[in-house]
Amino acid sequence: MTRRVIFLLAGLGAVLLGLPSFANNYVLSVATLFLFFAYAGQAWNIMMGFAGQLSLGHSLYLGIGGYAAAALYFHYGIAPWAGLWFSIVLCMLIGASMGALAFRYGVSGVYFTLLTIAFAEFTRIGFDHFDWVGGSGGMFLRVGQRDHVDLFNLRGTPAMFYYVILALAAAAFALSAWLLRSRAGYYWQAIRENEDAAQALGINTFRWKILAVVISAAMTALAGVFSAFYYNNLFPEQLFHINRSIEIILGPIIGGIGTLFGPILGAALLALLADGATELVGALGWEVPGVKQLIYGVVLFVVVTFLPHGVWPVLARKLKAIK
Amino acid sequence: MSALLDIRSVSKSFRALRAVTNASFIVEPNTIVALIGPNGAGKTTLFNMVAGVLVPDSGAIWFSGHRIDGFRPDQVCARGIARTFQNAKPFAGLSVLDNVIVGALERSSGMHAARKHAAIILDELDLAPKRNFPASSLTLPDRKKLELARALATRPKLLLLDEVMAGMRPIEREQMVALLREINRRDGMTILLIEHVMRAVMALAAKVIVLHQGEIIAQGSAGQVVRDPAVLECYLGEDSEL
Repeated sequence: MTRRVIFLLAGLGAVLLGLPSFANNYVLSVATLFLFFAYAGQAWNIMMGFAGQLSLGHSLYLGIGGYAAAALYFHYGIAPWAGLWFSIVLCMLIGASMGALAFRYGVSGVYFTLLTIAFAEFTRIGFDHFDWVGGSGGMFLRVGQRDHVDLFNLRGTPAMFYYVILALAAAAFALSAWLLRSRAGYYWQAIRENEDAAQALGINTFRWKILAVVISAAMTALAGVFSAFYYNNLFPEQLFHINRSIEIILGPIIGGIGTLFGPILGAALLALLADGATELVGALGWEVPGVKQLIYGVVLFVVVTFLPHGVWPVLARKLKAIK
Repeated sequence: MSALLDIRSVSKSFRALRAVTNASFIVEPNTIVALIGPNGAGKTTLFNMVAGVLVPDSGAIWFSGHRIDGFRPDQVCARGIARTFQNAKPFAGLSVLDNVIVGALERSSGMHAARKHAAIILDELDLAPKRNFPASSLTLPDRKKLELARALATRPKLLLLDEVMAGMRPIEREQMVALLREINRRDGMTILLIEHVMRAVMALAAKVIVLHQGEIIAQGSAGQVVRDPAVLECYLGEDSEL
C-alpha cells in the first residue's frame, strides 16, 4: 500500500472514531446507515467481487440472521452476543446447502442468480406465516433504556450502535484484504475470470465457490443481527424483500466490484446522495412524492454509464497520479 | 517400458456424431507424442477425455498405473496432467505473474513458495519482463506462452498442449519448438500435443498418431506416418504443409 493510501485511511479512521463526540444524533444515524451498507456490501463483494458468483438474494441471510438472534432474545432472553453464533451457523448452513445444490448441478450465471432470489423469496413467504416469530405482523423487541449502554444485550445509545457497526465494517475490511492476498483470494479470482481454466489447474472449484458463499453468508448474518437490535422490529416484508438485496449491492456497484475500497466508498457516496437529494428537494420545495427516488435513480444511472467499473478504480488512479 | 498414459479403446459420441471411435494408443515416459489429423478429426475430444472435461462412453484411460477416466479436471491435474486450451483462457483481469501463481499454488506450501516458483517459470519462458502486465494486454503468442507457463506451474508429469503454436509467426514457432524440446530433454517432461504445424511435429515428435473421422488411421515415427498411403489420402487437398 502506498503512503498516500495509509495517510488517507488514518485520516478517515480518526474522523470516524471521533464522530460521536461532535455529531448530533441525526448525523450519527446517517453515518450508522452508511457503515451498515459498507459492511454488508463488503460481505456481498466476497461472493461476487472476488469469486464472481452474483447473488441477488442476500436479504435471505440478513433476514435469517436477524430473526434467529431476535427470536432467541425474544422467547428465551438469550443475549444477542450469544445468539449471533446461532445466526451465523444457520446462515452458513443455508449458504452451503444452496451453493451445493447450485454448483453440484451446474447452475451458474443468470440461473444461479435466479436461484438466490428464489431462496430469499420463498423464505419471505414462509416467514409471513411463521407465527412463532410474529408472521407478517412482525416481531418487536423491547427497546430498553436509550441512555444506558448494555453492549452484551445490544441495548444502548446511538453512539454505541455506531461503534459496533464501525468495528464490524473495519473487521470486514481487514478480513477482505487478508482473503484477497491468500490462497482463497487467488483461487476465487481465477474462478471468476475463467472457471474451466481454474479447474484445469487443479482447483476444486466446487469447494472454493461454496467457501465464498459461506463466508459471505456468515458476514451478512451479523449485519442481520445488528439491524434487528438497532431497529427493534422485524417484518418479513422488509427484511427478506429483494429491495434489501439490491440496497446491499448498490454500494459495491457504485464503488467498484471486486475492489477492497469500492464497497465502502460506494456506501458513503450513496449515503451522501440520499441525504443530498432530501436536502435539495426540501430547499427547492418540490415536495412531490417520488422526486427523491428520481434524483437518486438518475445519479445512479449516470455513474453506472460513465464509470462502469465503479468510482474507486478511477479515484485510485488519480491518487497515484498526484503522488 | 511401461506407458505413462495408456488409452484403451476409447469412444465418445455426441448424439449421432461419433467423435472418437475405439481409439487406443500409449504415451511412454519422457517422450513427445503428436496427435494430428484434419479439422474435426476428434483430436480435442480425445484431449478433453484425458483432461477430465469429457467422460468416455466406453474404454478406459490409465495414467501411471491408475485409471483416470471419469475424474474431474482438477483431479486429473492433481494426478500430474496439465493442459493448455486451444483458445487461450487467461485470467484476464489478473497480472501475468498472478496467473502463474494460481497454477503454482496447488502444489506449493504457501503463497511465498508459489510466488517464487512462478517467478522461475516466467523467467524460463521469457515472460518475466511482462510479469506485472494484466494478462488481457498480452499478444496472442504471449497468451499461448502464458497458458504453457500456468500448466508448467502445476508441476505435471504429462503436458497436454492443444495447438500451442497456432497463430504464431515462424520465428515464434521455432522458439516454442526449442523451448518444448528443452523442457522435454532437461526435465524429462512427457508431452502429448495436438498440432497442425507439420514442421513443428516433424521436429519434435518421436511418435505421431493420425486421427481421421474419429479413428486412428496410423501411428509411428513422423517419417513413417507421412509416407503412409492412408494418411496421404486423408490429407490430400488439405493445406497441411506436409
